[in-house]
Amino acid sequence: MAKDVAVIGVGQTYFVRGYEGSIRELAFEAFREAMQDANLTNKDVDASIFCSAPEYDKQRSPAGVLAEYLGLVPQPTFYVETVCSSSTVGVKIGYSMIKAGLHDIVVVLGFQKMSEITSAESQERMGRGGDIQWEAPFGTMMPAYYALYAQAYLAKNGLTLDDLRDVRVKAATYGQINERAVYRKGVKPEDFDPNNPDAKMAGPVASPLRVGDCCANADGASCIILANAEKAKVFSKKPVWILGIGAASEVVNMAARPDFSKGIQVAKAAAGQAYKMAGLGPKDIDVAEVHDCFTIAEIMAYEGLGFAPEGDGKQLIREKATYKEGRIPVNVDGGLLSKGHPIGATGGSQIRTVVLQLRDEAGPMQVKDPQIGLNHNIGGVGLYGNVTIFGRD
Amino acid sequence: MGFDKFGRKSFTSFTKTGKFVDLLGEGKVEGTVCKQCGAKYFPPRADCAACLSKEMDWFELPKKGTLETFTTAMYAPFGFEADAPYTMAVVDFGGGLKAFARLAKDFSDPKIGMDVTVRPLKYDDGQLSFEITKA
Repeated sequence: MAKDVAVIGVGQTYFVRGYEGSIRELAFEAFREAMQDANLTNKDVDASIFCSAPEYDKQRSPAGVLAEYLGLVPQPTFYVETVCSSSTVGVKIGYSMIKAGLHDIVVVLGFQKMSEITSAESQERMGRGGDIQWEAPFGTMMPAYYALYAQAYLAKNGLTLDDLRDVRVKAATYGQINERAVYRKGVKPEDFDPNNPDAKMAGPVASPLRVGDCCANADGASCIILANAEKAKVFSKKPVWILGIGAASEVVNMAARPDFSKGIQVAKAAAGQAYKMAGLGPKDIDVAEVHDCFTIAEIMAYEGLGFAPEGDGKQLIREKATYKEGRIPVNVDGGLLSKGHPIGATGGSQIRTVVLQLRDEAGPMQVKDPQIGLNHNIGGVGLYGNVTIFGRD
Repeated sequence: MGFDKFGRKSFTSFTKTGKFVDLLGEGKVEGTVCKQCGAKYFPPRADCAACLSKEMDWFELPKKGTLETFTTAMYAPFGFEADAPYTMAVVDFGGGLKAFARLAKDFSDPKIGMDVTVRPLKYDDGQLSFEITKA
């Protein structure tokens, strides 16, 4: 496997509700941390890529204003968007630019300030990440879209609501020890008790998904700094190499989707490409970050990535195989469910976690001696699938 | 063609498939079929992705399909709050044809695999849509 492009710096803000600053200041926090991590000055950076989902803040063409605030002018800069997977795609493009020899060092900055608008407005915008001509007129929103998959998947595969609950319990186990997560509380099985009106996770959102099955909106930014092999050796004691990248797309419209009971398909194609490029398989992965925007999404990710056979993702959560001490630790930073999901920042945040794991710098979340890490980041309702595989030096 | 009459609230003003709304007004729920290669589309398309033709005909959806999946949304996005709760679903007509819509308000006890159909719907404010009912 080729070691041509490395991550040499990572940064992430605290994920919070109601960040008391503007998007440029939010972006700067993640940027400062990543630049200090990589020991770089602004002049070392050859290009920047900014990533977010549009219409949360009012800034059009955000790359210009953010590049100025980060002191990355006059270097080239541009904006990348694939909703929830924007910053992973930013990393893919940064990788490509370095691999092509255009640039030596590229900054990829994902950001989102969701609290600029109300929760109902946010749901409407997320719904419009689907098909606005034929579906949004029915009043679609993200939980309902994922619930369509959950309903069919549960009916076919023997997955239960208790299994979904246990995905959330696992996420909260690690959210409690991740100081950057928006949701720091523990979650107990009884918090999902439908017969207890005080159970905080039990309320229905879009059947069969409940409050506890859904991740929270948050404000946040992430920053990933990429370098070619030569610069990585100069600037980084612990470069983490990009070994494999896969990406795929799915049709938008629910009416054109294949069998819902088989779950989201887009990750399978992306994973296949990434494994092939890296010359690795699911059994080689020591730690993974997957896109658990909803509990059902984590179960489907287990299967899409080949960690479990099709229809049998439930076994991993039942056997606690995806806990920190398990066979394949998944989302041991709390995942989107506890960490929060500031759309454009999420992919970069996942990649940061994988990089810290591979550098043995994940603190209380550290998995024992991982060599290979994987990131699975989905945009929209299984619309854009992205899988990236990383290895230590 | 004025497409702003489609659905509870439309986000698209014009489309070459605007006739879809006129057909709803005539009591028909129709997709398009490519005159050149025969590919069928629902929701309708003005252009064929299979052979790149722009010569399309209209065809009526089959009378009966099965309920593939559904969800009842307890909360609604901005602009739809008055409707909640409502149930959205996917109907599988076979042969690659599916439809996404809300279940009719009086649709009780939905179950995956049950026989269903679609019919046009006119809201009190004049908006035109379609909904899923039991077959």
